[in-house]
Amino acid sequence: MSETNEVMEKAPKMPLVQARDVTRRFGATPDLAARIAISAGAAEPPAVVYALDGINLSVARGEVLGVVGESGCGKSTLGRIVAGILPPTDGEIRWKGEPHHKLKGRARKAADLAAQMIFQNPMAALNPRMRVESIVAEAPRAHGLIEGSVSDYVDEHLRMAGFDPAMKKRLPHEFSGGQRQRVNIARALAVKPEFLVCDESVAALDVSIQAQIINLFVKLREELDLTYMFISHDLGVVEHISDRVVIMYLGRIVEEAPVEEIFARPNHPYTQALLAEIPRIEPRKRRFEAIKGEIPSPLFPPKGCHFHPRCPFAHARCRVEVPKLKPVAGDHLSACHLNDEAAAGA
Amino acid sequence: MAALLEVKNLVTEFPRHGAAPVKAVNDVSFSLEKGRVLGLVGESGSGKSVTGFSIMGLVDAPGRVAAGDIFFNGENLADLNAEEMRRLRGRHIAMVFQDPMMTLNPVLRIETQMTETLLAHEKMDRAEARARARDALGMVGIPSPEERLSAYPHEFSGGMRQRVAIAIALLHSPELIIADEPTTALDVTIQAQIISEFQRLAEERDTAVIWITHDLAIVSRLADDIAVMYAGRLVETGPVAQVLTDPRHHYTRGLMDSVPSQNTRGALLKQIPGMTPSPANLPSGCSFHTRCGGADGLCTKLPPEIWEGERSYRCVHPLGARALDAITGEAVS
Repeated sequence: MSETNEVMEKAPKMPLVQARDVTRRFGATPDLAARIAISAGAAEPPAVVYALDGINLSVARGEVLGVVGESGCGKSTLGRIVAGILPPTDGEIRWKGEPHHKLKGRARKAADLAAQMIFQNPMAALNPRMRVESIVAEAPRAHGLIEGSVSDYVDEHLRMAGFDPAMKKRLPHEFSGGQRQRVNIARALAVKPEFLVCDESVAALDVSIQAQIINLFVKLREELDLTYMFISHDLGVVEHISDRVVIMYLGRIVEEAPVEEIFARPNHPYTQALLAEIPRIEPRKRRFEAIKGEIPSPLFPPKGCHFHPRCPFAHARCRVEVPKLKPVAGDHLSACHLNDEAAAGA
Repeated sequence: MAALLEVKNLVTEFPRHGAAPVKAVNDVSFSLEKGRVLGLVGESGSGKSVTGFSIMGLVDAPGRVAAGDIFFNGENLADLNAEEMRRLRGRHIAMVFQDPMMTLNPVLRIETQMTETLLAHEKMDRAEARARARDALGMVGIPSPEERLSAYPHEFSGGMRQRVAIAIALLHSPELIIADEPTTALDVTIQAQIISEFQRLAEERDTAVIWITHDLAIVSRLADDIAVMYAGRLVETGPVAQVLTDPRHHYTRGLMDSVPSQNTRGALLKQIPGMTPSPANLPSGCSFHTRCGGADGLCTKLPPEIWEGERSYRCVHPLGARALDAITGEAVS
């Protein structure tokens, strides 16, 4: 088992994590009585949200994949599923080429430890009644990862995250947001992960602290050879840190490309609209231009292309047919009917 | 022309048990003219929101405005009694908060909340107030305003609620609007919609705006002037075009460098070391000197406010300052 894993790791282009046709629904599962009532027409079927709808995606070893989208687009659900803490409803996650749900015993444990998450709200992710040292030591101790002194192990990992070990006897509420996030990072690093899913990990921090944490992520990546999935609504942050970017809208990927490519030649109208709003310091007064309309409720997503009610280029086909994610150039993928028409016209 | 709003040496403090009060706002002075947009920028705890609350007379006890004057239309707000202040608030100075649920009462229909404001300040009948409220909703881009008047706040999305809050703030066409992080909680595309509506309406009515935010990118596009706060003090003020192209204070420069952009891809950001000091335990002199790369012994004494044309800063080792006589008031563009 371990041998085959090693071979796979050395094989070029083997993605570390892969999502294949991953769909995730949320909603009540009707019990028998409810099912009978529904089939007899006496009750409405329960509302179902498609948080993710047929997602295909892979993360290569050592790369930083940025995931961008607005509220309700499914980016956090995707992060949880890829990190292995939420099972997909349909489809599968492959960890180093193996279906995650088929991994058992030691292999499953190794895969789960190797993927760690860092959340948006550092306080909510820390047990308020545990001291920093216990928070960091708990998981590696339980999994028998510590050889030698626990205290030294904790100090080492706190230092990696830029947290002064002299303060490890304190409780989470005694620290600022930035320091709490460093504790969360130390906690994740303590189980020797290969893959970090950062779900809006810098969104709640002040600008100057945000820059410190972003720099920390960049340094850790080099030192520990980490792979990241960096989920954010902030295009500036994603552009800074990512190698490749995925843009999501209402549970679907609308565009995927290397970072230079997507910022230089955005293809999907939604991406273009997002990029127009990218936060840049440009000291001249100008009008804010905005795409019209609200983000639709994921309970009742529009038919066809989810973006069509807000899209300035929408036409009849967009209202009925779901566009497929297709290459527009090299490894640049986009899900927009306009590309077909452009190709047909050319 | 006299300034619409003039804040002079404002100090707002919060008492502590057995210790000197915490000065959340410390010796802050600025002025704002009709139709201008001032971006008040700072991080958590810098005192930017308390500055806004102080102007509105909304600092909760035991906090208090301990010193300084606030002149609005030439009138010293400290001289007004509670009733006179109440008449001013909402009608002449309005505020929009970060969380629209702070403005909206969850158990009242939008109509009730909007007409209430109108009837409190102006003589009119209910039908007239309703028509005014409906028009205001339409103006901030809420579809079918007539029907939406009878909705409750929870029936709106976050962006729509913020539009309602802005509509209420605009009802009386106030001369000054204080907007405290009004788009921070919103999605990117919705944020752009709200700012663009706000910008249009403020321009049409020649309203002065204080836009309180931590987001330099928004300020750079929206504001005429910028005031940067750090640990209760204004460290740098001036026209946006000057301050954000050629900052004088090391903190302003540090904030700008902390914003990731295409130019920094793959590299490390120039970060400000350390963290914001607790307002209860500020370093002596320039509060920023403990985190500043250019600090030396001189910085342990409070730097004076240095004026250079339209801009000012508090730093004894300013960045990029040329000989003072070479400085013109012209915008650097």
